[in-house]
Amino acid sequence: MSGAALAPRRGAEYSRILGIGAYRPSRVVTNDEICEHIDSSDEWIRERSGIITRHFAAADESVVDMAAAASEKALASAGISADQVDAVIVGTVTHLWQTPSAAAELAFRLGAGTPAAFDISAACAGFSYGLTIAQDLIRGGSATCVVVVGVEKLSDLTDPTDRSTAFIFGDGAGAAVVGASDSPGIGPVVWGSDGSQTEAIIQDTPWDVLRDDPTHKFPSLRMSGQQVFRWAVYEMAKVAQEALDVAGITVDDLDAFIPHQANMRITDAMMKKLALPESVVVARDIAETGNTSAASIPLAMGRMLEEGQIKSGDVALLIGFGAGLVYSAQVVVVP
Amino acid sequence: MADQQEILSGLAEIVNEVAGVPVDSVQLDKAFTDDLDIDSLSMVEVVVAAEEKFGVKIPDDDVKDLRTVGDAVTYIAQAGA
Repeated sequence: MSGAALAPRRGAEYSRILGIGAYRPSRVVTNDEICEHIDSSDEWIRERSGIITRHFAAADESVVDMAAAASEKALASAGISADQVDAVIVGTVTHLWQTPSAAAELAFRLGAGTPAAFDISAACAGFSYGLTIAQDLIRGGSATCVVVVGVEKLSDLTDPTDRSTAFIFGDGAGAAVVGASDSPGIGPVVWGSDGSQTEAIIQDTPWDVLRDDPTHKFPSLRMSGQQVFRWAVYEMAKVAQEALDVAGITVDDLDAFIPHQANMRITDAMMKKLALPESVVVARDIAETGNTSAASIPLAMGRMLEEGQIKSGDVALLIGFGAGLVYSAQVVVVP
Repeated sequence: MADQQEILSGLAEIVNEVAGVPVDSVQLDKAFTDDLDIDSLSMVEVVVAAEEKFGVKIPDDDVKDLRTVGDAVTYIAQAGA
């Protein structure tokens, strides 16, 4: 035992989102097309979910392809070159390779050299989880510039004949570049999990079943709509309020509310519970993009920036929640 | 404990608030889905509001058995007894 003291390391105290990038696959899928496989209607789908269209990736378009497209836009909007990136985090549940990660391939594709790279499995909370990890990597001195991506190709894990989920999901990618800041740009996180509700949103078949029975139907996602709705509206509104509290602000200080785009009805009910003033702009990207799980928050933020609904310096409340169940909320300053 | 009539009028207020259904239309023999056009997600909102108002628990598994307003009134009366 030499007793040698190890050198400490400490990074920047504060961080913020420097740029956002969004990518939606080119193919737009209407409710009428979805209804070719389920007994439903455009009107029913709009009433129950607020969804009018969603995008599906091409058969040969991978989550890494989509993640790369979104990340390049995020880097460009941040004015950061790929070689400055020293960590890449990808939140996804639809990268169908158990290993290697999407993040390692993405880092290489971006020309980022040899950054730390890993995927996280936090479903619809993946982007929000990723922001917190990036913030703490920067604060701890383990990274200085982090690309955080939420990306999903949910069409790969959707059963087009399942009436309760076929119309919900879409494909896409959203990315953020996170770096050091002079003032706090990402508020304290409120996050957690509830493993007692694992069955509420779940891949119906684990991969090993396909090994044991190659004729088994390919896995797809199942969801208990009422159970998820109750949890999302009533438990998540409390989490969102707590994220405001720990950031030291109230709803009156907010410019935007950007919840995971799970279902327009969930968003509407959460707004009521939070008693948001009319001045707060609310993300409604689900109407044209569907529920893209980990990708939905950065996709929605990207659209709101493009359409001028929010601007740099605005204060936005983010909340992700989904399969696990897991959840995560924080207040951020819009890049 | 609230009696049946109090529960019915309280429930009618909730249904009105959640789904805009006139209070007078919320009668014991009316079915939530077929008569009052309350869909499955609005039903969750009704149930949670009822839980708060009457201090009862109505698990998701029991919600599907509440077909009519009368079913809900009976359930709440028994749960709160």
